[in-house]
Amino acid sequence: MGLPFSFQDDFGRNGAPMAKTLGPVKRKFSPWTDPSAVPFIRFENITKRFGNFTAVDNLTLDIYEREFFSLLGPSGCGKTTLMRMLAGFDEPTEGRILLQGKDISGVPPYRRPTNMMFQSYALFPHMTVEKNIAFGLEQDKLPKGEITARVEEMLKLVKLEQFAKRKPNQLSGGQRQRVALARSLAKRPKVLLLDEPLGALDKKLREETQFELMDIQHTLGLTFLIVTHDQEEAMTVSDRIAVMERGVIVQVATPAEIYEAPNSRYVADFIGDINIVDGTVKKTDSALGAPGAVTIDCGGLTFAAEQECQAVVGDNVAYAVRPEKVRISPEQPADTSVNAVNGEVWDIGYLGDFSVFIVKLDDGRVMRAAQANVSRLVDRPITFGDRVWLSWPLDAGLVLTR
Amino acid sequence: MASVSNDAATHRGPGRARWLVVLVPYVWLLLFFVAPFLIILKISLSDTAISMPPYTPVFEGFGAIGDFISELDFENYVFLTDDPLYIQAYISSLRIAVISTLLLLLIGYPMALAMARAPTSIRPTLVMLVILPFWTSFLIRVYAWIGILKPDGLLTLLLQTIGLMGPDDQIQIFRTDTAVFIGIVYSYLPFMVLPLYSALEKMDNTLLEAANDLGCPPLKAFWRITFPLSLPGVIAGSMICFIPITGEFVIPDLLGGADTLMIGKTLWTEFFGNRDWPLASAVAVILLLALVVPIMIFQNQQKKVA
Repeated sequence: MGLPFSFQDDFGRNGAPMAKTLGPVKRKFSPWTDPSAVPFIRFENITKRFGNFTAVDNLTLDIYEREFFSLLGPSGCGKTTLMRMLAGFDEPTEGRILLQGKDISGVPPYRRPTNMMFQSYALFPHMTVEKNIAFGLEQDKLPKGEITARVEEMLKLVKLEQFAKRKPNQLSGGQRQRVALARSLAKRPKVLLLDEPLGALDKKLREETQFELMDIQHTLGLTFLIVTHDQEEAMTVSDRIAVMERGVIVQVATPAEIYEAPNSRYVADFIGDINIVDGTVKKTDSALGAPGAVTIDCGGLTFAAEQECQAVVGDNVAYAVRPEKVRISPEQPADTSVNAVNGEVWDIGYLGDFSVFIVKLDDGRVMRAAQANVSRLVDRPITFGDRVWLSWPLDAGLVLTR
Repeated sequence: MASVSNDAATHRGPGRARWLVVLVPYVWLLLFFVAPFLIILKISLSDTAISMPPYTPVFEGFGAIGDFISELDFENYVFLTDDPLYIQAYISSLRIAVISTLLLLLIGYPMALAMARAPTSIRPTLVMLVILPFWTSFLIRVYAWIGILKPDGLLTLLLQTIGLMGPDDQIQIFRTDTAVFIGIVYSYLPFMVLPLYSALEKMDNTLLEAANDLGCPPLKAFWRITFPLSLPGVIAGSMICFIPITGEFVIPDLLGGADTLMIGKTLWTEFFGNRDWPLASAVAVILLLALVVPIMIFQNQQKKVA
């Protein structure tokens, strides 16, 4: 069915997802909710110490077959160490790693069915693109014809057919990254490990590549484990994300759960933009563990959130609400008793698709509200110095007990 | 207009400075390499004479260019090919240089590799230890080897003490080719280790991890990754050692025997023993030509790397 005009020609070169040839339709995939599912990779009580420094602290994690799994955290949180232990470059100090139910402790990296795409790409500078991709296959002593065929297939997959005879230093950053990907995929590993794979690319290319990675993972049906400190990247590509902090996992969940229902201040703050205020629980509408509204007193302001109640009256908690869920208006909302504050527009950040309003409340505190710029009006109805009301529904807020 | 001329002036300034920077080494080479070489070349084409200097000059001022050309003769070069002594000396020198360079590679490579893989904090110390022998005169170090290698020297004493040798046995290394190899390998080792180290040290360790990860065991990864990537260092180190070893004089003279034939020794005998400057100069010119080929290969390789 033809379109009245062609997106392909107009946008194709920019690699907008709309224009590229899309892979097969993605289906809902959630083996972790199925109690009978057997994990493909299991980190069992893993501890890794380097001298006095504990990089990974008694960590347990299950990853399922065909999952695109992200380890997300700031540098030094142990995510790379965890991946290197799976690849075999480091051995855990305590605990064990199971791959398809088999303990892989002591198996050297060159005998593990995992392949890694290195952050620095680690392409062999003295070999052509072709030779780099063939390297792993040659180690398996595959027949020559098969190697050639597989290399060609990989070159096609990463769209580098015409660069086969080049050396890595004759390629651009994006092309090198593709060679690294092709080389790590050539052996069809059971698990592909990606260490900050897109860090060195510019934003546009990175976004484009993220979608390509997802397509490749989906098409080949492999399990991908990606290490990143870029939360946007993790959100885009992953089926599930593990947020790490100082050697432990703080939360493992789907990107939407991580964003909308972070289990702690740390996760809420690390992922995306958020307003967080301290307060004490004033009233709970339901028993502990049951869904209901929780009302918080935050230094004279009353905020409430509807969620599974995890606190009792008098607890010190944090109240959080994402800027894009906050409505900004010059008019006073109908109900100002809860989740409504009044202040002055202090600053406006215009991001193109969004505008972020920084509002100074009367008590001196600062809150942010983001509004999608749905029309092309350049003169905004709300501007610097305006008195505004910020308000949000009960289900937009979050009470964080950790 | 003023600003334009100013611009021109500031542009000319650095241009001149750049020329000076290029010029200085060329002038140096011209004065201290090309000019002496031309003198040697001139002497090699003259006749021997018992006088001071001990040769008949063939070139006296610009007026005598005609005489000069007519008197040029290649008799010394012809003589070099007539007497098998010289050809044998050249071949023996090249043989000793090739074997020494291979020995140096065999010993120097593992050393350089160990240095490059050592913790970053102790690497400067290791490099200093390699350079340390230079703090003593080269000549003294070679004499020290005489003390070690001579029949009643330290080596014999050591072997006798640990019981590997009877009290009346003596080790017969001094004044043999073996002693020459020991002396050369000892003296030239830093020149082999340092270029190898600098090539190995800048190698990215993740390349080996990548090779391991792709199924290549460590030993094989060394031959597929580490060694090919260190080739520029291997070639640089080999050339830096091979070229001067070929012309080496002190070590074969002090440690070698009467039958240790090296062109440097022959050259010395011709100059100071026979006082045949023209023939000695011809020997030197041929030695230089024999070395130009490996130097060209070296240069070519360096260009390829760059």
